[in-house]
Amino acid sequence: MPVSGKRTQSALVETTPKRLLSHLLTFKNAVRLPIIIWQALFFIAPLMFMVAMSFFIVRNYRMTEAFEMKNWLKMMGRDYFWDSYGLTIGLATLATLVVMTVAFPAAYTLAFKVSENTRRWAVFLLIIPFFTSYLVRIFSWYVILAESGVINAMLGYIGLGPYIMLNTKFGTIVGYMTLTLPLVIILQTLSLANIDRSLVEAAHNLGCRPWRTVFRIVLPLARTGLIIAAVFCFILSFGDFVSPYYLGGSKPPTLPILIVDTVKSGQQWPRAAVVAVVMMVTLFIVAFGGIAAAYRRRVR
Amino acid sequence: MKTKGSILTHKPSRRQVLAYGGATMLSTPFISRAWAAPVEINMLAWYGHGEPDIVSEFEAANNVKFKPKYYAGGDNMLGLIAQSPPGTYDVILSDGEFVQQLNAAGYIEELNAADYPFDDMLYGDFQKFPGHWKDGKLYSMMVRFGHLGVSYNKNAISAEEAMSYSCFWKPEVKGKVGHFDWHLPSLGMMSLYDGNGAGLWDLSGSQWKKVQATTLSLRPQVGGYFDYGGTFNSLKNGEMQAMCGIGDWITGVLEKDGAPVGSVVPKEGGIQWTESYCIGKGSEKAEIVKKFIQYMLSPAGQVKSAKMAAYPGFAITKSGRAKLIEVDRKEAKRTGQIDGMANDPITLVKEGRIHYRNIPVQQSLEDWNDFWSEYKNA
Repeated sequence: MPVSGKRTQSALVETTPKRLLSHLLTFKNAVRLPIIIWQALFFIAPLMFMVAMSFFIVRNYRMTEAFEMKNWLKMMGRDYFWDSYGLTIGLATLATLVVMTVAFPAAYTLAFKVSENTRRWAVFLLIIPFFTSYLVRIFSWYVILAESGVINAMLGYIGLGPYIMLNTKFGTIVGYMTLTLPLVIILQTLSLANIDRSLVEAAHNLGCRPWRTVFRIVLPLARTGLIIAAVFCFILSFGDFVSPYYLGGSKPPTLPILIVDTVKSGQQWPRAAVVAVVMMVTLFIVAFGGIAAAYRRRVR
Repeated sequence: MKTKGSILTHKPSRRQVLAYGGATMLSTPFISRAWAAPVEINMLAWYGHGEPDIVSEFEAANNVKFKPKYYAGGDNMLGLIAQSPPGTYDVILSDGEFVQQLNAAGYIEELNAADYPFDDMLYGDFQKFPGHWKDGKLYSMMVRFGHLGVSYNKNAISAEEAMSYSCFWKPEVKGKVGHFDWHLPSLGMMSLYDGNGAGLWDLSGSQWKKVQATTLSLRPQVGGYFDYGGTFNSLKNGEMQAMCGIGDWITGVLEKDGAPVGSVVPKEGGIQWTESYCIGKGSEKAEIVKKFIQYMLSPAGQVKSAKMAAYPGFAITKSGRAKLIEVDRKEAKRTGQIDGMANDPITLVKEGRIHYRNIPVQQSLEDWNDFWSEYKNA
């Protein structure tokens, strides 16, 4: 449809940079609004409530609004809380190191050594475990890790074992890996696949050995994605209840188990909230630290 | 040959009208019965009590539908009630030792003792079960019970060894002793092992310290702390060869499946778990709930309870026991529910070898809970 010259001129006059900016700002805000509302309703408000709840008290199994430090003093003063805290951080860190190490060769292969089509299929296959319930996947390990299970039966043929794997920290790590390994491989693969290959080739052409190329070129270039993958792995492991309970035998309990124990015994939701707040603060520190490291400018 | 006519144009004869009309009138009660929506009964109970093997017959006969909410442990039950508006639960299955707390908090209705078969009870003590009566008023009706002691794998621990809690410390089962993850039964057993007998819940400061030390000395033997499913699995696959805090309510199910496990009441004594029904305060379905409790105390209900798929229990009425012997003598024999058997649960209670599970008297539940968390982390 033809537009008259007068109308075009008027539209141009109206579209001054200032107006355009304000228009954009309004549009941007409108786009942002749903996520802001969502976060406020389902993250910030519950978080604030959880913090407030940690100061409530329980009387006759009923939570009563109050502002008392009792729960904080009680939980912070207990050795078992700090033992659980140390154990949870330790196990999550170990799981992150193991998962990142195990995932890297697989991701490297998928990113550099296979065709685009194979990579696509591999990523699809890595997503498939998430189709089934995590709890079901954990229970299936019972059959594999039990003393009379598949692994010990196979080791038995060569005169080894049986080894106790269930209800141990090893069991817990296996569970954490079940939860996080596919996700970490996907994140690492996507991160490595985005590296400019000409830089890798240039390193090779200049005589850089393969291992050196990985450490000097590949890893620094994929740093952001790799750190994000590690942060995800830590967060998921740190907050997992299922693996340490069902494969680790709750021996000793991690913080998520301590939360359940605290709620189960005497309905101490406020004390459980104390544990949860400590977990949240820890995860905030790890996440912010991780993201800061991921996006930190490279210093030569 | 009859010609086909439209159903709309066909004119029925007087005989047909009478026949159809009569049939409709006669079938009306069934139609309305079938079409009427079943009355929902909200149940708060341990797992299994609202499952079809227990309630389906009653549901069909009374056009009701149970909506169970399951809990694990008395604390958990009290918490769920405390956080729900009055009248949420129509029928509450409580552990015997928690009834007094339910009553003190005003969560349950008074029952009419005349509605229930007290004369039929197997043991006089059950008629006036502790905490179920207050000021001569009945608040809860006991329906089943069971015993807790040493649960063990018969390939790892002999029957003689199982007759003492000391078998938990046997070097051969190091790392293979499990705990049901609830402080009350496990610590109660440790108290019995310490020789506290009937005073197992009423511990002085020094006795409580000794119980803690005894429990901590068991820690190196412990392979894990489990919920119902975990306890069940670990005994079944042999990961755990002795279990503290349970009894036939778990090993009974496995034993029936052929697993080499069993439970005994050791010489130091055992603990009785007791389950009782209460009517929730403010329930509008008190009448039908009363009928359900009566049903569970009937011989048929007692057999269902004794053979519950989730976990078996002992019958509490004479007629219930007689019916169990009649319909499943093997199960009655396995559980000692035949007069004259050495492991007859009633005989064990009468001999003083069984102590009713209770809450700590001189310490608070919180103290015991705290220690349990410490123990798990030790």
